[in-house]
Amino acid sequence: MSYLISKDIHQFRNQIISISGEDASKCIQCGKCTAGCPVSPEMDIQPNQVLRFIQINDPEPLLKCKTIWICASCQTCSVRCPEEIEIAKIMDSLRKLSLESQAPSGEERVVKFDNLFLDSIQKRGRVHELELVMRYNLTTFQPFKDAHLGPLMLSRGKLSFLGHKIKGLDQIKRIFKESKRFLRSLE
Amino acid sequence: MTESSRDENIELMTYSEVIDVKGFVGNFDVTIRKKPRYVDLTKCTGCGICIEKCPTKVPSEWDLGLGMRKAIYKPFGQAVPNVPVIDKENCRFFTTGKCKVCQKLCPAQAINYEEEEEFIKKKFGAIIVATGFTQFDPSIYGEYGGGRFKDVITGLHLERMLDTSGPTGGHVIRPSDHREPKNIVFIQCVGSRDEQKGHPYCSRICCMYTAKQAILLKDHFPDTQSYIFYIDIRAGGKNYEEFIKRAQREYGAIYIRGRVSKIYEKGDKLIVRGVDTLVGKQVEIEADLVVLATAVVPQPDAKELAKILNIPHDQYGFYTEAHPKLQPVESVTKGIFLTGSCQFPKDIPDSVATTGAASIRACEILSKDELILDPKIASINPDVCSGCLNCLEVCPFDAIEKTEVNGKVVAQVIPTLCHGCGNCAATCRTKAANVEGFTDDQIYAQVASIFEVMRKERLIELSD
Repeated sequence: MSYLISKDIHQFRNQIISISGEDASKCIQCGKCTAGCPVSPEMDIQPNQVLRFIQINDPEPLLKCKTIWICASCQTCSVRCPEEIEIAKIMDSLRKLSLESQAPSGEERVVKFDNLFLDSIQKRGRVHELELVMRYNLTTFQPFKDAHLGPLMLSRGKLSFLGHKIKGLDQIKRIFKESKRFLRSLE
Repeated sequence: MTESSRDENIELMTYSEVIDVKGFVGNFDVTIRKKPRYVDLTKCTGCGICIEKCPTKVPSEWDLGLGMRKAIYKPFGQAVPNVPVIDKENCRFFTTGKCKVCQKLCPAQAINYEEEEEFIKKKFGAIIVATGFTQFDPSIYGEYGGGRFKDVITGLHLERMLDTSGPTGGHVIRPSDHREPKNIVFIQCVGSRDEQKGHPYCSRICCMYTAKQAILLKDHFPDTQSYIFYIDIRAGGKNYEEFIKRAQREYGAIYIRGRVSKIYEKGDKLIVRGVDTLVGKQVEIEADLVVLATAVVPQPDAKELAKILNIPHDQYGFYTEAHPKLQPVESVTKGIFLTGSCQFPKDIPDSVATTGAASIRACEILSKDELILDPKIASINPDVCSGCLNCLEVCPFDAIEKTEVNGKVVAQVIPTLCHGCGNCAATCRTKAANVEGFTDDQIYAQVASIFEVMRKERLIELSD
């Protein structure tokens, strides 16, 4: 049972505004974001409910939910919203807050995949698919997941053993550095 | 009101009520009871010294008991005329025979304890009914305290408190301990949209006045936080939706979609338990003050007045219009018009609009020497009428009167009142009553000719 306490009732909403610039109190709960969301059936909290939890200052269920990790950031919700709220941005802010909170995430595997993906980008400037898939399968204890697709993709040249590097890798590294600096500046 | 009291074409009869209406459109005979005010309207200057010195104090009806008034009082600040009235029930002179302070002090000698009620009979061409509404008594809601909790008030109480000339001088306080509230919970639809304890209809005005009160509270007392439990926000009107959004965004009012199921006391706080259906969770709020948006209901004597005026009302007591779309301000009885919330819950813009419409409709009648009526009304043939007067009883519009023709008692139709419903024609045993255009002979002739055509075209076989 949630208690709505008047002190700082708008605190969570303001925190989201400071990170994403998006005001959840604008939401009129029409539900169009949920209606158009392609991954809504997989979510445990629907997108309009995410905004509702922000409105009633209840961050707890959001920081440990699956929804924010299942969200594919396709931005259909942002495009459809009659109040012009960029819900995808809010989802992004929630992912940030969830990681910072150190609480167990609702979808550990998505978090792991995201980290491996970024790691691969940081090292090469582009994804090394084979390495990414294998590292992901090993860290999630499912070494043979999708393995049967490997030979076929290799034969068609969709996977490479060694991977590629791009030119100007230092620029990619600078992007990562700048992003981290920007995130720190928000705090 | 002040403006109309100054208009030379308007005679304002305050502290008076209509007790009888006879006649019909253009010729209403109205009996008005003028209640004794005990203060001479022509002498009183409105100085107010009598009110100041009156020793008796009683709870003020205008302030819903939040403040006190004297036994000689003006109902409210802007009351027209600016003349007080003595409340006979509570006046010390009328109850004990001693006092007369107001009479002794009145510089204009306007106090007259001997004044008696007066009956005035007058003729009027048209009548506009604007008797307004009253608010639903929420004490039937045991789950909201049923009147036990002092800090559970109605929107009207809060309205009085927010008034700078009101009983608290514009300060919002908890009635129990006179402290300023921090958390204020509004509960919508108390008595509206509730068939079990209240009425099925929507009261229409609560969504907007609640948003207004939430804005005013935040404006006057920035520390307060308003929570509003609602079923639907009904903001259909010019700039209404925008107003609600302002309350939510700029003034931070928290709207919670769901009803409250229980209020209970915990220390000096009220715990309000409801639901937020948008997240599907129970919600509990520690409130200092709870404001109920009680339903708009008809005046308690609305049905009696309907009988006097001979106009129909619905099951609640709201007066019925002649046609919901095409004749929204006319009552079924010709010459009687409706405006304001005596018809159904209306907000200020709607009331102003219907009042304008009703006035013009009345002027339309008064400006003509003759009225054009629908020809399809009843008539009674005095030669055939037996004078049983059964028709007089069944007529829903009181359009039949007793009269004498050549020394014989017969019934007669008042054409301006008749609506051509045919009740009298159906009841009449001597076939004296008929609706023009639909006489029995005409209907028989129609039936006969239909049969004739059908027989000729061999659609039916008729045996002799």
